[in-house]
Amino acid sequence: MAVAEAAGAVPHTERVSLLRVLGPAHVWALGVGIVLVGEYMGWNFAVGKGGAYAALVACWMAGLLYTCVAMIDSEVTSTVAAAGGQYAQAKHIVGPLMAFNVGLFLVFAYTMLEAGNAITVGFLVDTVAKMAGHEGVDQRPFIVLSIMFLAWLNYRGVLATLTFSLVITAFAFVAILVLFFAVQPWSADSPLRHAELITKELPYGWLGVLAAMHFGLWFYLGVEGTTQAAEEVRSPSRALPYGTMASMMTLAIAATLTWYICAGLMPWEYLGQAGVPLFDAARLTGSTLLMWLLGIGTLFATLASANGCINDASRAWFSLGRDHYLPAWFGAVHPKYRTPYRSIIFLVPVAMLFALQVPLDQVITFSILSGLLGYTFMPINMIMFRKKWPLDTIKRGYVHPMHPLPALVLIALCGLTYFAVFLGYGTQLIAMMTFYIVVSLWFHFWRYRFVKRSDQFTMPWPRPNGY
Amino acid sequence: MAKYIPPHQSKFGQVFDVLVVLALTVGALYIPLWLKMAGATKTPAPIENPTWEALGQNPTMVERWQALGYPDPASANELITARFDYSFDWLALAAMVALVVGYFVMVVRFSDKEYREVINEKFGEKR
Repeated sequence: MAVAEAAGAVPHTERVSLLRVLGPAHVWALGVGIVLVGEYMGWNFAVGKGGAYAALVACWMAGLLYTCVAMIDSEVTSTVAAAGGQYAQAKHIVGPLMAFNVGLFLVFAYTMLEAGNAITVGFLVDTVAKMAGHEGVDQRPFIVLSIMFLAWLNYRGVLATLTFSLVITAFAFVAILVLFFAVQPWSADSPLRHAELITKELPYGWLGVLAAMHFGLWFYLGVEGTTQAAEEVRSPSRALPYGTMASMMTLAIAATLTWYICAGLMPWEYLGQAGVPLFDAARLTGSTLLMWLLGIGTLFATLASANGCINDASRAWFSLGRDHYLPAWFGAVHPKYRTPYRSIIFLVPVAMLFALQVPLDQVITFSILSGLLGYTFMPINMIMFRKKWPLDTIKRGYVHPMHPLPALVLIALCGLTYFAVFLGYGTQLIAMMTFYIVVSLWFHFWRYRFVKRSDQFTMPWPRPNGY
Repeated sequence: MAKYIPPHQSKFGQVFDVLVVLALTVGALYIPLWLKMAGATKTPAPIENPTWEALGQNPTMVERWQALGYPDPASANELITARFDYSFDWLALAAMVALVVGYFVMVVRFSDKEYREVINEKFGEKR
């Protein structure tokens, strides 16, 4: 993609673009960094919705869903390597309105996740303060400060931002491994007591297993964000599939270890509503060192995630502005730092509104719902991609096997997850769908008139079949 | 096909469009929560004069509750007895399915109409 287009809205004579500085390790850090916080908070609401075993089943079902996502996304992204990830894919394969919606899915999934991370930082500070004997700490300054600090880092530059993420993500992942070895599951002295703590296998029956899929997504939600950096990666066809698959493997291991440790340490009724479950797990071991390690791990995981979320949401919003789907003012790149600075700044108050005013489980539900809508788009996108450009018409950096099986499995699992959200959070599902329907009508009947038609197709591909 | 030239949008028009998107976001997502119309359907059903046994907790569970800062059964009563209500109306489920499917059908159809304009302008009218 002609990255120089990015300069379109910059009020300078020099044309500037996003920098191509990232390698596979940064892609891994972006994928795991956004998601690893899902092991530190939020996944455990799946325990609340269906019990401990239901959460484990949901963890693996969601793992299957995300494997399909990673397979499909790797093929399309290795061909459509442009900022905005799935947004750019939708623009070239389905059409402008779908692209507008996908852009919004990404913005809201990541902005709500960012808000959830900031809430967790505040909750962690409050928990630690209570343990130190300070009751009634005001969480709000910590929420505001974490969002402002990370927005500033993102404003200053992508390389420094993702290098920061790489370091703190690695720390947070190692902290989970250290906790696993510290509780010595193989030893008779281990504090893990699965048999005594999981006495009701399925408190809600099999309906609870379905319901748990709602928060099961939280174990991996956001891993597809790796594609957002496509325009800033040195070798997209190699680094994006490799980085995304490595992220999935890392997360599947971390998710299983997290479930095993937490379910063996605390009653499911507590785990199902805990704000910082891994930190609580460390508290239950009685080790001060582990408490510090997992406390810092929780803080780092939330910061790394919020950092990646700001990076991804701002790039999706930037792409919408650059293509005039939103006012072109947002499509500007900073002349010195070469970041989408206006988009970064604009999304800060939106994240703050939800972080300061909405409970964690509901912020997470909004994030999951936007993610889920994005995953439902992917199989539609993949089937259209193969139909419009069969394998022999354009070169792919990666071709996923067994098409259309992953697409069909993905759409079936998405259907199950809509039902899971409907169980317990149906009103939010309706509110979100209403939002996307109204905003789609607004785009089609009003905003689309400001969009230059042929500029929406920038890939050097032949004419699609059937058009 | 003649190249489509979009109309110029004034600064005021751009600001207005951003406000519309913001209003839709806050209106659809935040206001239902603010009015307490949405949220989890999980409700506690605390029992009277709770004991650990009556709450179905064995000695290991009790030890863990106490370590987590719940020294007595009364303090954990609400947490232990809270349950989701998964009863649902089939009509509401059918409405939810129609909403999600209808949304995707609408978006794909409108997108296709727009996409044909893009392709025709990019590659020329198909003969």
